[in-house]
This record gives sequence, structure tokens and C-alpha cells, in this order.
Amino acid sequence: MRATRSVGLLTTTFVLLRKDLLIEWRTRARLNALIFFAMATLLLFSFALGPDTKLLERNAGGYLWLAILFASVLSLGESFRVETENACLDGVRLAPANARAIFLSKAVGNALLLLALGVVLVPVMVALYGVKIVTGFGDLAGILVLGCLALSAPGTVYAAISSNARARDVLLPLLLFPLVIPALLSAAKGTTLVLQGDPMHQLGSWQGLLLGFNLIYWGLGFVLFPRVIED
Amino acid sequence: MNKFVKWGLPALTLGLLGWGWWLGLVWAPPDREMGDVQRIMYVHVPLQWMAMMAMFINFVAAVTYLLRQSWKTDALAEAAAEVGLLFGTLGMITGSIWGRPTWGVYWSWDPRLTSEAILLVAYTGYLVLRRFVEDPDKRAVWSAVVAIIGAVNLPIVWFSVRWWRSLHQTQSSPKTVDPQMVLPLRVAAFGMLGLMIVFLIHRYRIALSERNAEVALPEALPSDDPAQRASQSSKVA
Amino acid sequence: MPPPPSGSALALHDVSKRYGRRWAVARLTYALPPGRSLLLTGHNGSGKTTLLRLIATALSPTAGRVEVLGRDAVEDRDAVRRDVALLSHASFLYEDLTAHQNLMVLARLLGVDAAQDVADTLLTRVGLTRRTDSPVRSFSAGMRKRLAIARLLMKSPALALLDEPFGELDPAGIHDMEGVIAELKAGGTTVVLATHLIEQGLSLCEERLHLQDGRAVAA
Repeated sequence: MRATRSVGLLTTTFVLLRKDLLIEWRTRARLNALIFFAMATLLLFSFALGPDTKLLERNAGGYLWLAILFASVLSLGESFRVETENACLDGVRLAPANARAIFLSKAVGNALLLLALGVVLVPVMVALYGVKIVTGFGDLAGILVLGCLALSAPGTVYAAISSNARARDVLLPLLLFPLVIPALLSAAKGTTLVLQGDPMHQLGSWQGLLLGFNLIYWGLGFVLFPRVIED
Repeated sequence: MNKFVKWGLPALTLGLLGWGWWLGLVWAPPDREMGDVQRIMYVHVPLQWMAMMAMFINFVAAVTYLLRQSWKTDALAEAAAEVGLLFGTLGMITGSIWGRPTWGVYWSWDPRLTSEAILLVAYTGYLVLRRFVEDPDKRAVWSAVVAIIGAVNLPIVWFSVRWWRSLHQTQSSPKTVDPQMVLPLRVAAFGMLGLMIVFLIHRYRIALSERNAEVALPEALPSDDPAQRASQSSKVA
Repeated sequence: MPPPPSGSALALHDVSKRYGRRWAVARLTYALPPGRSLLLTGHNGSGKTTLLRLIATALSPTAGRVEVLGRDAVEDRDAVRRDVALLSHASFLYEDLTAHQNLMVLARLLGVDAAQDVADTLLTRVGLTRRTDSPVRSFSAGMRKRLAIARLLMKSPALALLDEPFGELDPAGIHDMEGVIAELKAGGTTVVLATHLIEQGLSLCEERLHLQDGRAVAA
């Protein structure tokens, strides 16, 4: 036998996350395409609504999160397409890697990707819709982090399921969209408050809602994911 | 199927619904503000209650399935989701019919309505997933996971009326309602419960037969003597 | 039926696996005598791949028990996974990573010491030295097979499951593969080999199990 050390859940998660990020880096053309897709979405909202700048300004937060949501469906699907291509997911779980570590690595990886996307999209949004960041960058960063985490945890579970089903490209949004509406709602509201000012101090409660949503679905995903990928 | 389920329960259901709706349409007084329009409540509210109950049954069946695999709980989960979706959709339609004369619109973006629409889409997704997975074992596990995750939406729906302010009236407790409205509502609700159970039983039996047709059940394991077979595996020197 | 002898690397107790209505493996009972290797034969769809996936714990049996090195494949799954390696039709390789990176992912998951050196040694062993830093996407089918073998060797398994290892290989590749299998056996690894090339298989394995419709039959 080869000399090996025992590998814990966190180490496994880290190894898998590193592998996913490496794949993202090596296929960065795909990542760029995703970013341009999201930017095009932002641009299209302004065409669909006409040149009413007031309207665009007021709804900027919502459009930002819709763009992130649409992009998330693509990136989530892609992150499991990589695993199904040569049955790599089987290779990983037989390695053996703990199924929960697989969940954590995929969910964190997708959240990081969405976060990077969000960071790129915010300046585009500011420029396109003519909004100002009123309450501060910290608040916006908080909303972005919480929102991306909230999309990626249930998204990872559903992407793992739909990657094995027929019509997976339709199934994932059909399952995911109704589920993440509370997260989308609070992230969009929170962003709007950041952009328009928060005289009533509501931002905290929306962040609280996002935090609760995250706790519930990260917990559920952690508990249920092994059942999804193990026979 | 025993006689009571086949004949007694439907008869009881029809009787209760007929009685409850007669009470609601004729015996109960019209609402002080809404007038006769309010009488749709005796259909709308029981439908909503039963939709909630069916979806709760779906959740319990899904959890039970994950804890102990059985085609029965899988079939029950499928049946409950379909019946819940039917009752929920009918509830939503009667709700908008009620809403038009009362609020002046068929649809309002009031939180409870919105969350219910979300819920119905979520359960549609659940049923679509079931159609799109051929392997019955995988389908059962995955749909159970989706049902559990989706059911977490249920409390959000139910309590959203308190979380956000809205023009939907808060759930009335029997104390604040005219007792002459309570009786028909209760009778109709029990009638609707009967109807849901009748639907559920029939749909469950169909689902279970489908499962049995899809999978050879363990009883149908090939029955020849395994020991004989194994000893035939030849040795190669 | 007598219990399987102890020390057996692989024991199947009335194992069945169902896909929908079809029994891919039906009531299979078998014990591999200690120190011997097993050749699995049978036509396409006879259940060879399913059986290997059951032993590898990629699937769990619908009924019955799989025992690997005396451990239950369902109850003690992680321990079994550490001891077993599967070479399957699917290569388990990430197309966008290089040969070296693919091996490193597995090495890190296993906690292999001096992983870089081990990976380099293995790549040399399977003859991929010149392509270590090319992405798998650019590999031919035969090269993928070689890399998949390196991946299997990385685990240094006690039980190696080889599903059609000779497929997609040229004559030189087949010869190399025979060398690898002989080496595995010499190192004390039990080999279970499923192949259409019965000649090669018979020369490498002492035992044979012929499958037909998921059951063991006389060859």
C-alpha cells in the first residue's frame, strides 16, 4: 500500500473546490461567455423597458439579480456537466470522497463564481442604469455574498438531480426558480435599498431573511445531498 | 377496495358537500360588506385547506420514503402532490373569482396569493421531474428530496400573511365570524376532506399499480435455486 | 450452501440488482478463493459491468450482500472504496485538466504522500511522459485508457476491477496492459477482469465466472 494520510471532510472539500476552480480557470473562455451573457441581460432590460431612466434606476437591483439568476442556471448546469462527461462524479465518490464534501465544494465553487460575476456586473449596472451606491460598499458586498450563497446551495442540489434527468436544461430552472424567489426578493430589495438609501433601516431585516434562507438550504443540502448522488 | 371506501365515502362526501353548500348558499346570512359574493368562501376556503393538507401529506410521504424505501410511500407522495396541485389550482381560481368583485381585480400581487402561485409552480416542477426520470428508484429518491426542499416553502406561504402587510384578509378564527357562517364552512370543509381522500385513494392505487408495472417487485425475483447456479461457474486451471 | 472461505477477497451472497423491470444481476452467489483472480465473461448486457459496479460500490445491490475483503460493501462502504479501484468504460477523467492534474486530484483525495513524484512515476509507467501537461480533451481513446490505468494504480488497490481493459488499445497497448495486470497480481492485488478477449483473460486469471442474463452459468 502507498503511504497515505487520512483525509477529512474539510480537506476533501478544499481539494475538490480547488479542482473545480482549476477547471474554471482552464476553460475561462466559458467563464467569459457567461459574464458577457449576464451583461447582455442587463443591457436587454433597458431595451425591453424603453429609455425611461427613472424606471431603470428604480429597478436596478431587481435587474442585477435577475441577470445573476439567469447566469446561475447556466453555471450550475455546466458545473455538473463537467462531472457527468466521463462519469467523473463516480470517479470522485469512489475515490472515496465524502458526498457532503462534494456538495460543499460545488456549492462554494458556484457561489464564488456568481460572486465574481456580481462584482463585474455592479459597475456595469451603475453605468447602464445611472445608479449610485448610497449606503456603502460594505452593505452591497454583504447582500452580494449572501445572495450568491443563497442561489448556489439549493441550485447545487437541483443541478445534481437534473443533470441526470431528461430535458435537464428545462428542468433545472423549473425546479430552481420558484424555490429561490424568497432569496431573489430579499437580495433585490436589499440591493435597491443600498442604491436608493435606507431611511427606514430595513436593510438589516432583508439581510436577516437571506441569512435564514442560507442556513435552511445549506443545512438541507448538506443533509440530503448524499441521497441524491449515491445509489 | 372495501365497500366503505368504494361507495360509502363518496356518498358521505357528496352528502356533506351538498349539505354544507346548501347551508352556505341558502341558510347562512349574506356577508355584511361583500353580500352574496362572499358565499364562494364555502368552496374556496375548504379547497385551500385541503390543498395544504395534501401537500403536507406529500411532505410526510417524502420524508418517510427517504427513511424507509417503499413503493407505497412513493406512490402516496405522487398522489398527494397531484391532488394538492389540483385543489390548489381550483382554490386559486375560485380565489380570483372572489377577488374580482371584492378587490376589483382577478389577481393581486398580495404576498399570500403570490406565495401560493410560487408553491403551485414548485409542485408542477416536482411532477415534471417525476415524468423526466425513467429509473423508478432514482425518481423516487430525487423527487422525495425535491419534495422536502419544496415543502420548506409551505410555512413561508402560510405565515407570509403575517410577515408582509397585504390586502388579503388575515385568516379569520371562528370567533370573529358569524356562527351561521362557521357551520356551513365546517360542513363543507369535511365534505372537501372526504373528496380529497377519495381522490387520493384512487390516485394512490393507480400510482402503486404503475410502480408495480414498472418494477418487478422483490417477490418477483427469479426463483430458481441460486446454489445450483453458482456451483456451475466453471473453474479454469 | 457452505459459507465462503475466510480471507476471500470477494464474496457475493445472493446478489441481485434491478433496473426498472430488468434484473441486471440475479441471485448471484460466488466466493473467490483467496489469492486467485477472476475472469468475468459473458455477452454484452449479461451483467458484467453491473456486477463490477456493485463490487466497486458505485451501485448498491437491490437484494443480497457484496463482501470485499470480508467487509460489507454497503455497511462499510468507505473502507471498501479505499481498497477497491475500478477501471470502467467511463474514464473518470476531467477533459479540461491535464494528465498530471487528473492524477493529482485523486492523489490529494487519497492523501498520498509525495503526490507529485508518485504521479510522475505513474505517468512514466503507462507511457504518457510526453503528454503529462496536455489536457485530456486532446487525448486519443488509447491514451485515455492509459491515463485511466495510471489513475487506478494511484490507489494501489487490494482489489482491482477491470472492465474491458483491452478495449480501444492497439497491440502494443494490450501487451502493456497485460504487463500491468501481471504486476498488480505480483504485488498482491486481486484482479477481477471482464473482457471479450477470452485468450488474454484466461492467461491472466485462475478462476472464471460466465454470466448470462445476470446469472452464473457454465461457460
